Amino acid sequence: MLVTGAARRLAGRFVRRIQRDPQVDRVVAVDAVRPEHHLGGADFVQVDIRQPAIARVLAETSADTVVHLDVTGIALGGGSRAAVKETNVIGTMQLLGACQKSPSVKRLVVKSSTNVYGSAPRDPAVFTETTPPKSLPSGGFAKDMVEVEGYVRGFARRRPDVAVCVLRFANILGPSADTPLASYFSLPVLPTVFGYDPRLQFVHEDDVIEVLRIASQEPRRGTLNSGTFNIAGDGVLLLSQCSRRLGRPTVPLLLPAVTWAGSLMRTLGVTDFSPEQIRLLTHGRVVATDQMRDVLGFEPAYTTAETFAEFARSRGPGLLPPETVAGVIDRAAALAQRGSGQVTTPSPTQSVD
Amino acid sequence: MADAKVIPFDDDRSRGGSAQRPSRRRGQGARRGGEPGAVREVRALPVREAAQDDAFAAGGEQPSQQPGGPAWDGGLEQRIANGLAFLRRRLTGDYEVDDFGYDAELTEQVLMSLLRPLYEKYFRVDVKGIENIPAQGGALIVANHSGTLPLDALMMQVAVHDHHPADRHLRLLAADLVFVLPVINELARKLGHTLACTEDAERLLGQGELVGVMPEGFKGIGKPFSERYKLQRFGRGGFVSTALRQGVPIIPCSIVGAEEIYPMIGNAKTLARLLGFPYFPLTPTFPWLGPLGMIPLPTKWTIQFGEPIPTDGHPPEAAEDPMLMFNLTDQVREQIQHTLYKLLVQRRSVFF
Repeated sequence: MLVTGAARRLAGRFVRRIQRDPQVDRVVAVDAVRPEHHLGGADFVQVDIRQPAIARVLAETSADTVVHLDVTGIALGGGSRAAVKETNVIGTMQLLGACQKSPSVKRLVVKSSTNVYGSAPRDPAVFTETTPPKSLPSGGFAKDMVEVEGYVRGFARRRPDVAVCVLRFANILGPSADTPLASYFSLPVLPTVFGYDPRLQFVHEDDVIEVLRIASQEPRRGTLNSGTFNIAGDGVLLLSQCSRRLGRPTVPLLLPAVTWAGSLMRTLGVTDFSPEQIRLLTHGRVVATDQMRDVLGFEPAYTTAETFAEFARSRGPGLLPPETVAGVIDRAAALAQRGSGQVTTPSPTQSVD
Repeated sequence: MADAKVIPFDDDRSRGGSAQRPSRRRGQGARRGGEPGAVREVRALPVREAAQDDAFAAGGEQPSQQPGGPAWDGGLEQRIANGLAFLRRRLTGDYEVDDFGYDAELTEQVLMSLLRPLYEKYFRVDVKGIENIPAQGGALIVANHSGTLPLDALMMQVAVHDHHPADRHLRLLAADLVFVLPVINELARKLGHTLACTEDAERLLGQGELVGVMPEGFKGIGKPFSERYKLQRFGRGGFVSTALRQGVPIIPCSIVGAEEIYPMIGNAKTLARLLGFPYFPLTPTFPWLGPLGMIPLPTKWTIQFGEPIPTDGHPPEAAEDPMLMFNLTDQVREQIQHTLYKLLVQRRSVFF
């Protein structure tokens, strides 16, 4: 098995996890930079997937499964956006070219993102795998993803003998997540777009690892693991709910101001708050996961709310922790109870759940 | 807490509320509590009002509650407790929304109580044929659309919510403009509305929800006053094929009274284009009187739900048959138009 993007923490976890599976003989981890985390017993090959050298690695290792995780929104160690785009798009092209020439490859798993649906007010409320996006993302990571998926579809057509699985992940969160959304939720005060309360879906890192594992192996009985699948936890959280559960106050800003501030912050290099991120935090995005359940046969262990709770725990309390707010209200309730108790007979059931 | 303010409401409620409408099950007192606009979302300041609103609404839910005077004796503190519990859930984010962003709790406790005065006191809506809405399973309610602003849809939602014995909640399909506008889109989603598109409609109907649609769209709501109660074209009849694919009945609904709330005597098309709206209404009062001109005329409304038209007799592939679609669309349209005329004949006056 060949895993790309191994210097990422998520890919590193996947590499470590997959070695414990009996069906997997050998794992070759590939990335352009040396990972900081250990990769268990996997062999690490330092190769840039943008270079044709990847074809040689693939031929030498004669891997039967390729898991392509090196499609990401942000650069590792502060690379530029252009470099990220090149790794995403050119890297995928090189890798697919290498796969096409390799007779040993039987299975290809590509990590994609629900970003490919874009986020627009005229979109249906719930995206299925077949929903065409109303407004294609014009640039950034989302556009990379659209292009990557296009190349993967082309590859699937040319090599029908290879099982191709594209996993469109919702926003990945977890204790060690380093996604733009995770850094957004770590801000002490969350800037939001005035008058919009987007619906968000999250998927837990553990579920990501698990579904990648399912996709990279022989399908279990009654399931099929080639095709395109949305992967997300059950349920939906509104941004307002997220902020309250995190205990971080929000600052509603007008949409033009948010766009402007976002580009300013990008220019200054404070955060990488991309336009598609702003669109997501304006209109939200929810995907249907029926295919994931019925065809892929995967049940996420964490719901959206549980994923978020886990994440919130790992981040520590914000300025207005929900427990404090609840405590204040409970005290007010007790006070009211006492106040009204003087007027009427005190009630024995003072249950404020 | 503000006891002095609470007691009169309660008093008021016990005098009239339950005697007037025995069919109402929820939010008895809440409808009198809220001042429109004061409580949009429960945040820092308007907290007390919301809490009271809810206190009543939650109190009304209790089956043991008696309509008479002694009910509030022990009920008041229970209500305050309920109100604070509600507030606690809201402020800590401990509530659920569905995939469409429908916030059942907020709708039930706050938004409905804001719409209810308009529904009961202002437009004095009469509801007929509520028994035509099935107690369970999906159904598609198709209604006429009028009144410049989509108040008719909101009133229909309140009508179903307050009168249906099975406590059904209507999920409205709204125009895309609704989801472009800030604040409006947020409220619409929380009220359970979603975009009028086949995907969303089918998903909701497939979940067994009651879905409301107004196929005339902007053609209906933005038509001039001279064309009142003349049904416009029903789009391409997409709603019929959606209902047919899901095998749910179509319930025609006729709304009388909404046409006269803002008599649209002109349409400033250039201004509309400039603002990106489908029309810009000119009424006898708007925009001449400024914000005052936005107050709708207090017409008397009737909402009549008609006999359901079953669609499960057709095979699923019939949804592809344009002739059948046109026929069914026409049948629904005719029935709504016919009921409209009948209701108009019965109507004594526009305002009473």
